[in-house]
Amino acid sequence: MHPAWSVILFTVLAGLGQGLFVMLVRASDSGIAPHLLGMAGLASTVLLCVGLACSFLHLGHPLRAWRAVAMWRTSWLSREVIVLPLTIAVVAAWSLAQLAGWAHAQWLGLLGVALCFVLWVCTGMIYACIRFLREWAHPLTLVNFVLLGWMSGATLFAALGELLPGFSANPLWLSAATALTVAGACARLASLGRNRMLKPVSTPQSALGVRAAKLKQMSQGATGGSFNTREFFHGKSALVVRNVRWIALGLAFALPLALLVAARYQPGAGLVALAALSQVLGLLAERWLFFAQANHPQNIYYQAVA
Amino acid sequence: MTQPAETLAKQLALVIDLNVCVGCHACVTSCKQWNTSGSAGPLADLNAYGAEPNGTFFNRVQTWEAGEYPQADTIHFPKSCLHCEDPPCVPVCPTGASYKRKEDGIVLVDYDRCIGCKYCAWACPYGARELDESRQVMTKCTLCVDRIYDEKLAPEDRKPACVKACPTNARLFGDVKDPDSEVSKAIRERGGYSLMPEWGTQPANQYLPRLVREAQEF
Repeated sequence: MHPAWSVILFTVLAGLGQGLFVMLVRASDSGIAPHLLGMAGLASTVLLCVGLACSFLHLGHPLRAWRAVAMWRTSWLSREVIVLPLTIAVVAAWSLAQLAGWAHAQWLGLLGVALCFVLWVCTGMIYACIRFLREWAHPLTLVNFVLLGWMSGATLFAALGELLPGFSANPLWLSAATALTVAGACARLASLGRNRMLKPVSTPQSALGVRAAKLKQMSQGATGGSFNTREFFHGKSALVVRNVRWIALGLAFALPLALLVAARYQPGAGLVALAALSQVLGLLAERWLFFAQANHPQNIYYQAVA
Repeated sequence: MTQPAETLAKQLALVIDLNVCVGCHACVTSCKQWNTSGSAGPLADLNAYGAEPNGTFFNRVQTWEAGEYPQADTIHFPKSCLHCEDPPCVPVCPTGASYKRKEDGIVLVDYDRCIGCKYCAWACPYGARELDESRQVMTKCTLCVDRIYDEKLAPEDRKPACVKACPTNARLFGDVKDPDSEVSKAIRERGGYSLMPEWGTQPANQYLPRLVREAQEF
């Protein structure tokens, strides 16, 4: 598939905002000043809103986006379109409640956390439910959307503890970020390993219904490309894909893990902040790879120009 | 999530005879002409006379080579929406712009409700849908729905433009649920088959296999 920057940015930034919010609610009774929690909650709101804005850029008709709430009975995309604004509203309300010192914000927090997880599931299922995109059609896709978003949010949360005086610098949060990064790395490596083992189900023979052992396309019916060649091919060499994979694994998992461990011995040196930045950049590469590695069966029909 | 496909009483479809398609592209151009001027159009036609012409087509003819020279077979392969009986592109549409008509099984897009998210195209294993670059809405074969029911046309003209244009009668059109229709007979008697049956989409359009002929000696 062709990786679209709008969707890459949306899923990475919204996932980061969701992960940060989950950690904020978890830490809300740990002695962090409510106004700091509220400000961090607003940062999470902003991340979700920027993600939403990016997702609009993916549409041919952004002004019609409201129509996408209609088919929630059958479409995961429709469900995501409903859950995303709800999540933003609850996250923003919780943050404002913290700033206002409202005593009953705990319920809003739990509702917000639940919505964050539902949103991850909706986003993951958009990809996992397409049965013939086999790199995506697996529970690991769901697990990765949850774990990678949560992981990046946890590292950002630990970085706030490092950077902001008065924010909790409890080593527990460093451990949470480390554990989630290890879990995210394991899940993503598992899906990468699974992708390597996949054998194509559709073949030129099944695509044409011709039994010949050798079946080669001579012409795809267009010389200047088409929607089919633009939307379903990433157009980069195998070397580029391989390098992006190393960049993704290095920046999203290896480097942050090293920095998080080092931060235990060098607290306050900005290492956790560096880990958070590295992880976001790594996840951008990871999401690019997620799209680029998905082989659409329609590509069988678009192998030769003339 | 996915309910079993509803069985419709009528399912219009094309049956493509790979024995006689000569790859002339008359179906491609007549499809483009009819649909760019009709209710499905206009269809993008960008840089039409330049080095990289680009545009929306509901139907394309591809050419394939089977076997190895000198025993190679050239196969011209027309490709358009197969109007699946269980179309995976329909349930994923978030707005309901993509739908399958109950009265005749044609899969259509309501262009006024389409937001151009391209998710339906991802969910079609055949690559049958094309986003129109000019209008930014998803488009696809309509089986010439604005033609086949037009009572102002002579009855013999109430067929898809591609079927009317084909000089070798490689394209048959009719109701595959009516056992006495020309298409049902062709499928039954000549071994009509589905593309990519492995995905369970139950395409309505079928293809007629090429007859295996012994090498002729002259």
